[in-house]
Amino acid sequence: MTLTRAAGGVLAGREPHRDDRDPAWLHEARLAALKWVGVHGFPTHKDEDWKYTALAPILAVPFEAATVTSSNWVTAEMIDAAAVDLGGPRLVFVNGHFAPELSRLTGLPAGSVVTTLAAVLASGSDRLEPFFSHTPGEHHAFAAFNDALAEDGAFIHLTSGAILDEPIQFVFFSNADGVPLISSPRSVIIADSGSRATIVETYAGIDGDVYLTNAVTEFVLADDAQIEHYKIQLEPVTAFHLALLDVRQGRNSRFTSRSVMLGASIARHEVRVLLDGVGAEVSLDGVYLPQGDQLHDNTIFIDHAATNCTSHQLYKGVLDGRGHGVFNGHIMVRHGADGTDANQKNKNLILSDHAEVDTRPRLEIYTDDVKCTHGAAVGQMDEEALLYLQARGIPAEAARGLLIYAFVHEMVDRIAIEQLRTQLEPLVAGRFRNDDRPVEL
Amino acid sequence: MLKIKELHASIEDKEILRGVNLELNAGEVHAIMGPNGSGKSTLASVLIGRDGYQVSGSVSYEGQDLLALSPEERAAAGVFLAFQHPVEIPGVGNMYFMRTALNSLRRQRGQEELDPVDFLALAQERMKLVEMDQSFMNRSVNEGFSGGEKKRNEILQMAILEPKLAILDETDSGLDIDALRIVANGVNALRSAGRSMLVITHHQRLLDYIVPDRVHVMTAGQIVRSGDKDLAVELEANGYTSVQQANAGRLAPVGVAR
Repeated sequence: MTLTRAAGGVLAGREPHRDDRDPAWLHEARLAALKWVGVHGFPTHKDEDWKYTALAPILAVPFEAATVTSSNWVTAEMIDAAAVDLGGPRLVFVNGHFAPELSRLTGLPAGSVVTTLAAVLASGSDRLEPFFSHTPGEHHAFAAFNDALAEDGAFIHLTSGAILDEPIQFVFFSNADGVPLISSPRSVIIADSGSRATIVETYAGIDGDVYLTNAVTEFVLADDAQIEHYKIQLEPVTAFHLALLDVRQGRNSRFTSRSVMLGASIARHEVRVLLDGVGAEVSLDGVYLPQGDQLHDNTIFIDHAATNCTSHQLYKGVLDGRGHGVFNGHIMVRHGADGTDANQKNKNLILSDHAEVDTRPRLEIYTDDVKCTHGAAVGQMDEEALLYLQARGIPAEAARGLLIYAFVHEMVDRIAIEQLRTQLEPLVAGRFRNDDRPVEL
Repeated sequence: MLKIKELHASIEDKEILRGVNLELNAGEVHAIMGPNGSGKSTLASVLIGRDGYQVSGSVSYEGQDLLALSPEERAAAGVFLAFQHPVEIPGVGNMYFMRTALNSLRRQRGQEELDPVDFLALAQERMKLVEMDQSFMNRSVNEGFSGGEKKRNEILQMAILEPKLAILDETDSGLDIDALRIVANGVNALRSAGRSMLVITHHQRLLDYIVPDRVHVMTAGQIVRSGDKDLAVELEANGYTSVQQANAGRLAPVGVAR
């Protein structure tokens, strides 16, 4: 196992007598995570949640774990090109390590903390211990690898009632520079009761670089907290992207996450939400556009564990070339979670004979008083609409582009941050259009 | 401007057009009438280049071989079809759609594109022709439009795109009398010396409003009789069967002589 060797090497270099940055509990957690992988191995097709996503191409690469020194010549221009500057606090990580010269840590209300995981660990605080010693590390091999290898990432603590007007940006940029790197950012966002913020995560890198981003982002929302989250995945098609978004929600909290998945050779965005407090609400959207040989996997697990919680999901995919899309959405309504309102929709547009989509909405319900709906649709281009546009003089290719764009536009439209919408519109539309003029439908 | 000679079209080995001959001069309005299934809409489809037909014969449009052009090239050459069933396109704004269409045509013709401000001014002026207000433009193309609104939207597109040959396919179907009047007024306002129209209809009613120069009767994939506007009145009184019977003994279909 190439990845294990890489992880083992890094851990060996961190033995307490050689590097005392890791507190004892963290060292234990890392070893336990690796041991977990040793016992359980990597997921295979037999694993329900990995049925359609082959990992062989990732496991075949001799990755090396990224270190602080493995980054250097990434410029502010490169960061700005990947992630439009939204003006608020901005944490930039290169190969999973914080890049202070590219970051901005101002603009937070007093009492709230915006810093890095490395800084929290270095301070000797053990507040991260619960995050490394509970799931998700026990959940699958890649989450465990993140436990084992994560050294840095964003750390946000919003104090009770804190309201942030400006979005906080995390930019994860990779610069493998000829060496296949694995970077393992780990971000933790703790939102105390009644706090509100918007978090935007962007993942990008340099065309042609081979690397693996293996990210874990965890949110803990206390009662009445409200978080709006965006995940923009723009990795080059030579890279791999595996991410876990883990969310725990308290009473009457609200979490919204919108995912735009454009890049990477194999990309998997897994979302796990635990609705743990009465009246909590979660809304997840996603758009994925695999083409060429790309694989885009959205795996979602929503755990309705309290009464009167609401979950919404809308995922839309456009599959072209030999692109492969996976939607694997699982809703669990636990015994006693009465008053649950859960809905889930997945719509796909297939543009090529060689493209494939596997859509698998699943409901698992253990109580009676619930309202659950789910649906999946897979369709082809509407030929009549195509002719209509052509008959008005719009050339066939542009007409196709317009129809696809109209299909995904609903998702772009849901992006509430205008600068972000402006950045993403041409990226989403540009895939299907022959010209670069802006679209304002 | 339009010369159709011995036009045959079949779909899945079923012959629908069986030798259509028709000549339309610049500025003329011709009506094509006929019972359901006579091939009227197929003729419209073949003229705008819908896929899926095996076609033989010739269609010359302003000296060009129309059948050799793609649908968008036909549009750029000035051919327009008001669809019998206008398509709903969720997610594409009506205003954006029409501006994209006009600018596509202008680009193909080597003309400068209109910016949104100029386009808006043009659209607002043309919207008056079909008594449409701005709210239609802010909605998705035809989405949730009533039957009458869809047809008015077709005529608005015609007013904005200014074709040289407009084919109106059953534009009166599904319209109440008020909508019919609005649509017909719009069409009449667009009649000009440089614009020809082919009005396909099942009923004579539309032709009370849009008075044609010539009326052709189509049955079983051929034009079997042609005349002036009075032919429509006769058809309304006696039905299509009378034409078919009257025509049964003729040597060749009327239209353009072979």
